[in-house]
Amino acid sequence: MFWGRVVHELITISTLNGILFGMLLFLMASGLTVIFSMLGVLNFAHASFYMLGAFFGFQISRWIGFWPALFIAPVLAGALGAAVERFGLRRVHRNGHVAELLFTFGLAFAIEEVVQIIWGKSPVDFRVPPSLDFPAFRIFSTNYPAYKMFMLVVSIAIFVGLLVVLKKSRIGLIVQAALTHPHMVGHLGHNVERIFMLVFGVGTALAAVAGVIAGPALVTQSNMATLLGPILFVVVVVGGLGSLPGAFVASLLIGLIQTFAVSMNGSLAGAFGPLSPTYAHTWLADIWGVTVAQVAPIMPYVLLVLILIFRPMGLLGTRET
Amino acid sequence: MTELTSRVAPPYPPLSERLKFYGIWVAAALVLLALPKVFSSGGALTTFSLIGISIIFSLSYNILLGQTGLLSFGHAVYYGLGGFLAIHAINIIGANKLPIPLPVVPLIGGLTGLFFAALLGWVSTKRSGTAFAMISLGVAELVASSALILRTFFGGEAGISANRTKLMRLFDWSFGPQIQIYYLIAAWTLLAVIAMYALTRTPLGRMCNAVRDNPERVQFVGYDPHVVRYLAFCFAGFFAGIAGALAAINFEIANAAYLGAVQSGTVLFSTYIGGVGYFIGPIVGAIFVTVLSLSLSDLTSVWQLYFGLFFIAVVTFAPGGITGLLMMHWPLIKGGTFGRVLPSYLMGLIPTLAMLAGLVLAIETVVHYTVNPGDDPNIKAFGMSFNVSSPTTWIVAFLLIVVGFVAARKTWSRLALAWDDALKAAREKGYHT
Repeated sequence: MFWGRVVHELITISTLNGILFGMLLFLMASGLTVIFSMLGVLNFAHASFYMLGAFFGFQISRWIGFWPALFIAPVLAGALGAAVERFGLRRVHRNGHVAELLFTFGLAFAIEEVVQIIWGKSPVDFRVPPSLDFPAFRIFSTNYPAYKMFMLVVSIAIFVGLLVVLKKSRIGLIVQAALTHPHMVGHLGHNVERIFMLVFGVGTALAAVAGVIAGPALVTQSNMATLLGPILFVVVVVGGLGSLPGAFVASLLIGLIQTFAVSMNGSLAGAFGPLSPTYAHTWLADIWGVTVAQVAPIMPYVLLVLILIFRPMGLLGTRET
Repeated sequence: MTELTSRVAPPYPPLSERLKFYGIWVAAALVLLALPKVFSSGGALTTFSLIGISIIFSLSYNILLGQTGLLSFGHAVYYGLGGFLAIHAINIIGANKLPIPLPVVPLIGGLTGLFFAALLGWVSTKRSGTAFAMISLGVAELVASSALILRTFFGGEAGISANRTKLMRLFDWSFGPQIQIYYLIAAWTLLAVIAMYALTRTPLGRMCNAVRDNPERVQFVGYDPHVVRYLAFCFAGFFAGIAGALAAINFEIANAAYLGAVQSGTVLFSTYIGGVGYFIGPIVGAIFVTVLSLSLSDLTSVWQLYFGLFFIAVVTFAPGGITGLLMMHWPLIKGGTFGRVLPSYLMGLIPTLAMLAGLVLAIETVVHYTVNPGDDPNIKAFGMSFNVSSPTTWIVAFLLIVVGFVAARKTWSRLALAWDDALKAAREKGYHT
């Protein structure tokens, strides 16, 4: 009975956390995917805008409070993103895709340096706003914080809003058309360059929203972009480059895998008993003794390699490159 | 058949051409031999050793980026694994008194790099372009994170160290002093550079270029682009492993940073800044970036920011890198029309430098206020002394940036006109490249 309840509790909490992490990943991956589909460039600095969102949110909430920050920080980051597209990427576009990717790579590097200069290398004290600092409900013996529910609600609301805008509104239709046939959209007389700038701005603003709401729950630090960036690219490649539904599935998948792995403590030693003493000091002992929780950080990359072996285009991808 | 080959194959080069070709390598060897005689200080020897390692690493990276068109974000994996295996090899050889001298150890590192590139390369090179870049990043993260888990082999945070002097001696060289390590690295650098140059001349090297430029066409000719990419990847891994082993020998330690994203980023920076379009580009880049990173850190505390901004500037304004920029002038110099652009260059230089000075002033001022606000406001950067608390500094920085930018735009568009003019004149005289 007791173990059944513990397992049940673990599964419920991990599922909730996994979906939450997955939705946060999707907030970022959606912008990244749409930008990639339209501009053909994978924005290496996308996670940097997530970081900028978190730091802007921290600074603004310190000045005028969390709720205004939730709106102002993404707008600022989005404006910055649009400016990067307008004055940087558009220029580099002439030099080819490698140059574009490298431009965003250099940008990510520079943004991290600037953040380190302004806010330092150690984590800043970005706290959950007091109005949300209470347990939302109890599952068995664990209090689930209201702020996490708030994060979940915000990310789902944005997801639904994005879906409606993309499927129902006129600008959404143009964006959808530009995903697959950018030249045709241009021929129809739409200002494709302005759409690109807008999409880049909105995409980076979405990443910044993720940053503002994730900042108080996770750690707001100058290395948060470096930590999250690679996972974000795994999401996009696993889902299939340029596929929005693929990015959604992959976000949830990776969110759930990582959360479940972190909460598990099993190891080969636990399952099959300790290693015989003759091997106890060899490298085999490392593999034998490592827990599932310890390998959680490499899970997304293992998934990436597996997907590449068995389905090189990604889960729902159609494009070769 | 023989008739066909004699028609297709280029004529055997005349003696003068061959002398010129071999003369370059002999001259390079002589320069490497003479270098420590001219600059004999310990610091200079260390710098030369670092440059040599960086040259091999950057050239190996250019097999991917420049020759085959594969942008990798995880090339340090093969460098790092080569370094770790070399350290373990030194320890094992030393403990068991095996008859293997130190100069052979880099080969072990190279074979390690080759082995892991062969192992991970098949999956990585399945796709090219952006997907390859992301996959290389993912694989690199996988290896770097695994290195922290496998503590016995990789030594965790501290790394694994070794003593390079305990190996069998050749000609009574202990490889303790830096000068001996310098000659070891110099010899390996020359060997590796010659080998990588030769690789670009082989049919495989040519197929790599073809895969970079037009993979579809390559398929029509009957080659599998995936296989060509894979082979290029293996060669790149081999030479990266050699570089890693030399680094491990130089520092007598290998740690997780060898495999990490920073190392991968550095090699990308130096290769691209040097220029991927020419064989010599990565060599120039390796020298430039190594010297820059060693000297900039003395000048300012935020040198990495300048480094990043410089890289962005290269990507934006000079996608050919330093060598690409220099080679652009070749037809003008040959055609004798370089003199026409020179005045525009000098004119453009003044506002550009003014703008850069303003930018530096602004950055240093901001850095002073955020990083160490309590310190003396009279700071010094790039040899300039100024007071960051006085409004004059702020105004000067602002004016320099704005006025410099406006003036620079004007002069640069003038330069572009003069450039087109000179290039046209040079082309009319028959100098195209």
